[in-house]
Amino acid sequence: MSKVVVVTSGKGGVGKTTSTAALGAALAQTGDKVAVVDFDVGLRNLDLIMGAERRVVFDLINVVQGDAKLHQALIKDKRLETLSLLAASQTRDKDALTATGVARVINELRQKFDWVVCDSPAGIERGATLAMRHADTAIVVSNPEISSVRDSDRIIGLLDSKTLKAEKGEELDKHLLITRYDGERAGRGEMLTNEDVLEILSIPLLGIVPESQEVLRASNLGAPVTISSPMCAPARAYRDAVRRLKGETVAMSVPSDQTGFFSKIFGRRAA
Amino acid sequence: MTAAAQPHTSIRLRGRSLLAFVVAPETPLDAWLDNLDAWLAKSPGFFAGRPVLLDVTGLKLDRKSLAELLAALRERDVRIMGVEGADPAWLKLGMPPPVSGERQSGMAEVLDGAMSKGGMAAAGDSPKTLVIDGPVRSGRSVVHPGGDVTVTGSVASGAEVIAGGSIHIYGALRGRAIAGSTGNSSARIFCNAFEAEFFGIDGLYRTADEMDPRCRGQRVQIRLDGERLTMAPLNGKRQGR
Repeated sequence: MSKVVVVTSGKGGVGKTTSTAALGAALAQTGDKVAVVDFDVGLRNLDLIMGAERRVVFDLINVVQGDAKLHQALIKDKRLETLSLLAASQTRDKDALTATGVARVINELRQKFDWVVCDSPAGIERGATLAMRHADTAIVVSNPEISSVRDSDRIIGLLDSKTLKAEKGEELDKHLLITRYDGERAGRGEMLTNEDVLEILSIPLLGIVPESQEVLRASNLGAPVTISSPMCAPARAYRDAVRRLKGETVAMSVPSDQTGFFSKIFGRRAA
Repeated sequence: MTAAAQPHTSIRLRGRSLLAFVVAPETPLDAWLDNLDAWLAKSPGFFAGRPVLLDVTGLKLDRKSLAELLAALRERDVRIMGVEGADPAWLKLGMPPPVSGERQSGMAEVLDGAMSKGGMAAAGDSPKTLVIDGPVRSGRSVVHPGGDVTVTGSVASGAEVIAGGSIHIYGALRGRAIAGSTGNSSARIFCNAFEAEFFGIDGLYRTADEMDPRCRGQRVQIRLDGERLTMAPLNGKRQGR
């Protein structure tokens, strides 16, 4: 039984693409067959984060418009054989996505993969609504900032009204992924607390990913953080999120790179 | 005394939402008008006293043919209250004003005899209280001129609830709430945590900046005391005036 997951947020720059890559890779590491699909037509990024930018021949638009077959456009990951990428087109715009074409591609992907993870563009326009259209599960990515939370709230409203599942009167599975969480800043009251975010959005929490230099390093390397440094705090957070996504019960915590009293004091200098 | 010396004189403005017919003629217009004549012969006085909008989007009319169309409709006693899809510059004084951006409430395909009874009355038959189970998300607008609105969750920042009667919010009010929108000065707003951006009752409004900061985050009720919006904590005690 394959699942279509949309990673969405409304606001840009909160970590949708990073999270799509990290979650996709972590799912593939469990042995499931995974396709990550970039819906950000015109501003594609997922290929860079996945380190596949030099291997893109055909893209989502080519398949949607019938110019290429799906298997020609899928790019197999070199590190994980269960992971594939369907890149977006950089030269086109979102109007090139057609509703029927997207439906056909998603159906084909469903037959080949256990998980189809769709990276939604920012905004609430055509690209974002088509990315969420066929989803069984939505992961709403939000930073603990008021602007991000309000935009996520708007997106949840759209998930509840504009998706196929919602139109059929079924409940779409929605999960909240808090990213770029900074424990120190939250402690000083400079950020919303996790409780605030959860109270406002009132959907179940999938995970809390701490702010980390490792994420930046990973995207510069062109590798999902769950592959590039699997033991760092954000990678552990993404792996826990994947276990919850697969139905396991995992106690909620904010993974930290600081392990003990001494590293708390000397951690920054020693690292 | 200058007007600036009396900043608190308020002009009362009310929102009114009503269902209007949208007449969308088709080309060729002569044939369409003939059709309308035949139809009106069967249901004379159908448009009498009803709000009617004229939608000319996609008709590619010029200024002259729009004027002729309006005249032709006037001849048939169809009084147009607004024109959609026309160049606003063409609508001179004495012509209906331009309108745009209404919410569509579904295509009302009027067939022969289908409008014999009921028809527009349906809007008035809606139940008195609208219950929203769960939160009202940002960007959503709940409009219920027919009575009270009860929300079991929170009203998010960027969402709005407009009710003809009172508004009851069992979560936090972070967006906008407008009660008594149809001219009901006894309407009230109740909420469990008051963090509103904007609220109003019966045409009197206040924004977040003008609120009593002591009420922020509290359980409050808001009501009209004469011409003043008053906000008081809701603590189960009877409130003196």
